[in-house]
Amino acid sequence: MLRFFGRIAFFLSEAFRALRRSAAPSVAAIVTIVVTTLLLGVLVPVLRASESKASEVRDQIGLQVFLYRDATRAEIEALDQELAGIPHVTAVEYCAPACAKRELAAELRGDLEGSIKELNSNPLPPTFKLELDDPDNLEAVRAALTPPNSAGEPTPISSAIDPPIGQDRENATKIREVTGAVKIVLLVIAALLLIASLLLVANTIRLSIYARRREVEVMRLVGATNWFIRWPFMIEGVIVGLTGAGVAVGILLLGKVTIVDPLADDFALIDNLSTMGFAPLVAMLVAAAVLVSALGSGITLRRFLQV
Amino acid sequence: MPLLNRRRSARKRSRDTGEHKRPAPRRVQPRPKSGQPPIIEVEDGTVVYPGGQVALDRLSLQIGRGEFAFVVGPTGCGKSTLIKMLIREIEPAAGRVRIAGRDINELDPDRTPYLRRRIGTVFQDFKLLPNRTVYDNVAYALQVIGESRSQIRRKVPEILRLVGLQAKIHSYPDELSGGEQQRVAIARAFVNHPPLLLADEPTGNLDPVTSIGIMQLLYRINRTGTTVLVVTHDRDMVDKMRRRVIALEEGRLVRDEDASGYNQDESTTEFAARMRAEMGIGDEGGTNGSG
Repeated sequence: MLRFFGRIAFFLSEAFRALRRSAAPSVAAIVTIVVTTLLLGVLVPVLRASESKASEVRDQIGLQVFLYRDATRAEIEALDQELAGIPHVTAVEYCAPACAKRELAAELRGDLEGSIKELNSNPLPPTFKLELDDPDNLEAVRAALTPPNSAGEPTPISSAIDPPIGQDRENATKIREVTGAVKIVLLVIAALLLIASLLLVANTIRLSIYARRREVEVMRLVGATNWFIRWPFMIEGVIVGLTGAGVAVGILLLGKVTIVDPLADDFALIDNLSTMGFAPLVAMLVAAAVLVSALGSGITLRRFLQV
Repeated sequence: MPLLNRRRSARKRSRDTGEHKRPAPRRVQPRPKSGQPPIIEVEDGTVVYPGGQVALDRLSLQIGRGEFAFVVGPTGCGKSTLIKMLIREIEPAAGRVRIAGRDINELDPDRTPYLRRRIGTVFQDFKLLPNRTVYDNVAYALQVIGESRSQIRRKVPEILRLVGLQAKIHSYPDELSGGEQQRVAIARAFVNHPPLLLADEPTGNLDPVTSIGIMQLLYRINRTGTTVLVVTHDRDMVDKMRRRVIALEEGRLVRDEDASGYNQDESTTEFAARMRAEMGIGDEGGTNGSG
């Protein structure tokens, strides 16, 4: 047992000796790990928040079916029945011109409210609002509303429908595209930074092996086992990773306390959006940093320390 | 200094011989001479370097336990390759290398470090760690094989006394002369009392007077029962040592002479005196001349 602790002490002292001697590359590796961890630490909560925001928006997406103003009551009632029967449609709401005007007025509250009131007539068409079980079924429902006629052209199921079928679809697609693009860009940056960290740790360890080649040579000559030779380098890499993660977590904590927390008091929004607790986030970041640095050292040791 | 050395070495010798004549448990093959296999047995050892250059060409030799033997030959004759092959730094393309009766190239690669713990190695360039003291250099060799701290504290001063460097224990290698540095290297190689000591040009960087001191030290180690194999290109010195000489040329064995008539029981002091006389060097040089 004593001997075990003696070895651990030996490995640690060797690792710190190496870090002191090759300070510059170690610092470079640590800084990269700090940047990577910081980015991940901001990225992960933001991504998760944007995901929940996007799905919130997507959930609100419905389909609007505009009718001709001269649609008869009988036509409207028949259509109501028909719409409710379409698969994936969970709710059908009829909105008469008066209702549409009220909604428009509510939406434009302020600037245009007065001008709408000044309108003598109501130019707005009656509308059916459909709610769907899943936004992805939008196209299917639209196709059901406008089946192709004998000539192959899409024709509305009722002559009362004023094509095209109104859509919030563009908004939905845009939101999806934007969040998707942002997500991909951020993920690519994070992946590149992870690779950079890995390579820099690998390079630090390689330089350390080079700086300590005499020690390694002596160790081999006097019969040190492979793992006895490797452990100090492994530990050196992990120390680099832990230091970087520690600094990054410190900065994140500072940012949380000084920026995010005061904002969260004012806007419940931010608090609701951050779907991840700070503790699991920190645990994840530290684990990732240690994993990356251990991997970096491991790769180098395999390549350059064949015993 | 010589007087001190003599007294200590005499005491050391009796203790060390007691320790190392004890036969280690190993597979014993019936042998006509001693009942134990020779410590080194090379059979048709052939080493080919990646470029296709043949460094050793079907070399066969045997070295018995307790022998003091030289390997000589011009540069590039395969001397250093032989050393590397004996510690399994390189593996022969053909042939067998047995250390104490075991084919080292059939060992699990994970066991190679344990083979090297039983073989001390000394090199021309000493291979000392410049940022560690004499004590730490020797202790390092024990640390990396997992020796306990109390054992290190006992063994290191003991071996440094044997090589006559007890006064320089806290010096750094660059504060020492070449001869002293080589003594540290020998101390490191011998601190675990391996049964076999290989020296690759141990005096290559040293002047004749210092070289005799190193040879005397190696002889002293040999007298404790350790087999010593010295590789050198200094044929002149070897001839005067009157020990077994194995001559290599272009990777082939060209001469293997058990130099006749040398006195097996010559003491280390007598040995040094005779060497100095034969090489025409006075006694005043001491053993710590600068290298």
